[in-house]
Amino acid sequence: MRERLMYLLAAAAAFLLTWNLYKIFFVLPITANVAAYQIVYFHVPAAFTALSGFFVALGASGLYLATGKFKYDEFAAAVTEVALAFATVNLITGSIWARYAWGIWWTWDARLTSMLTCWLIYAGYMILRRSIEEPTQRARLSAVLSILGCVDVGFVYKSIEWFRTQHPSPVLSIRDGGGMGPGMEAPIYWNFLGLACLSAILIIVRMRQEETAREIDSLRRMAHSY
Amino acid sequence: MGFVRQALTIAAKDLRSELRTKEAINASLAFSLVILVLFSFAFDPGNSEVNIQAVSGGLLWLVFSFAGALSLNRSFARELQNDCLDALIASPAPTGAVFTGKALANYALLMAVEIVSLGIFSVLYDVKVKEYFWPILLVMLLTTWAITVIGTLFSALTVNLRMREVMLPILTYPLLVPPLMAAIVLTTDLLGGTPLAKDTIWVRVLVAFDVVFSWLAVVFIDIVLVG
Amino acid sequence: MSAALEADGVWKYYGDFPALRDIKFKVEAGSTLALLGRNGAGKTTLLRILAGLSKPSRGSVKIHDSQVRLEATRRRIGVLGHGISLYDELSAIENLLLFSRLYGLPDPQKRSDEMLERTGLDRVRDGLVREFSRGMRQRLAVARVFLHDPEVLLLDEPFTALDDRAIAVLQSLLREMKERGRTIIMSTHQLREALELATHVAMIQRGQIVYAGERKQEMLDDTGWLYRTYGEN
Repeated sequence: MRERLMYLLAAAAAFLLTWNLYKIFFVLPITANVAAYQIVYFHVPAAFTALSGFFVALGASGLYLATGKFKYDEFAAAVTEVALAFATVNLITGSIWARYAWGIWWTWDARLTSMLTCWLIYAGYMILRRSIEEPTQRARLSAVLSILGCVDVGFVYKSIEWFRTQHPSPVLSIRDGGGMGPGMEAPIYWNFLGLACLSAILIIVRMRQEETAREIDSLRRMAHSY
Repeated sequence: MGFVRQALTIAAKDLRSELRTKEAINASLAFSLVILVLFSFAFDPGNSEVNIQAVSGGLLWLVFSFAGALSLNRSFARELQNDCLDALIASPAPTGAVFTGKALANYALLMAVEIVSLGIFSVLYDVKVKEYFWPILLVMLLTTWAITVIGTLFSALTVNLRMREVMLPILTYPLLVPPLMAAIVLTTDLLGGTPLAKDTIWVRVLVAFDVVFSWLAVVFIDIVLVG
Repeated sequence: MSAALEADGVWKYYGDFPALRDIKFKVEAGSTLALLGRNGAGKTTLLRILAGLSKPSRGSVKIHDSQVRLEATRRRIGVLGHGISLYDELSAIENLLLFSRLYGLPDPQKRSDEMLERTGLDRVRDGLVREFSRGMRQRLAVARVFLHDPEVLLLDEPFTALDDRAIAVLQSLLREMKERGRTIIMSTHQLREALELATHVAMIQRGQIVYAGERKQEMLDDTGWLYRTYGEN
């Protein structure tokens, strides 16, 4: 059942992403005079995916703390790790865009800086999980961090936005510099859907890994107690 | 109120312990002095072209938060010795009171270190602090509470972990970006002569952060300590 | 009559591994229970749950019919673990005053002085704990546990780390508690001392209670009897 679902999602993701790539490179006019402009079609959906992932993890963590069922912890860990991967994609594509647009490898614009801070928070989550061997304690403490981290993300985005309005710097925006031409919004949303399907596959795989890791830990405990 | 009295009892105990050994205070003060001196090599305050006031907020809050990490780590870690943490959890004091007591003690110690550091800073870098001292103090009071709340909660969260000393800064600094940012903006502006009234949005950020995370800390401390 | 302590369907999981399995037993008020078991059998895990120091994955623990984590219940429990649970940088009297206040005692000063006298530490009341000898630290630890006159006392291997004088003090205090109808639960390796005081015995093996009942004469005569009869070899 899981296998079939994964294949279905893989097919959907492959179709969406390929079709979108075709549209981006061959159909849509290039509006900005920046060669790598098309990267924005992955830069923005990656951000959506990452942030929605962190939010979903908050829910899963809350469910774990409320019910104590490990499947919620597995899900939270998997979603967070996948979201972190997409946050990395967002940061790297942002860096590439900045390089092509302004010749610099990084710009402290509001959204990139916020995503970098989120990345640090959730990289901390991964490090925390790695450092706790016992599964129940690991689930409990990382759930608390996930919830606090997500609340913090709200503060981060708002604060950095206000900070940057006082200290303007080059802004990576799809709305400035050329505006959104016709048909430009659609590929971004379709790509989001494609990335979401891809995420789902990665999450399913990752969840199974967590489950197996926990089984191995229990077997080891059982072996040692005899 | 039992809760308040128990929290104050624990706060008094922590302060008495700390003042007797002075380990954390001395380490924090020494550390902040070292950073202030080292930064002078980076920024060369003697050079009149360098506007030290523009980076003063950032510098001060880096000093304060690094010094804070030193003392906050010990907050729950010191309870592990002799199994005192178990005794506190087993006592009728709610874990929320244990947390609040420790947070209050940490807050007092951190404020003391910060005020002394502020004085040293104004001397070393020739920055006039007196004119806007009270607003600056307000910013310090609000931001230090944010640092204390997050730091104390994570001190409890990491207390049983192997790499406790490393984990605490890794986890707390990213979370503290919003209040630190607010503090840096406010402090830099105040030291530059801008009155507080122009920056009220940042004060509101600090207050909101303090309220939200104080509440979350008390809600989660039991889960963190007992399970 | 409600039981002084009741464990009902207690399970404790570490991940998927059950460290404690369906623990069910009652301890009647006024009895003294010796909890026996090999290392790793689950004694300390169970005792921590009974003391309210950790939460069971399933099931509940009730002390005199109320949940163990409630404030009012914790006032009636005394816990002695492996560590002495005292602050090295504080003096003997400061330590006792701290815990008196946390337990809401009406006259902290008086009670602390009483316990210091009882454990023979009144001469060193202002001495810092870190300067005490091992025996003095142990006696102060015992003083702390009995400070609030708990109705139910939970002790984790109490006789293990004590010197002779501390053992004598502890035994005298425990006998006094028994006479006053208090309930004592102690996990132990030191079969002799514990069995002498015990009215009931429970044995835990691989997370399960394999025996729970009255102390029998065979147990006193031959300390290995219980393990041989009920334990797996």
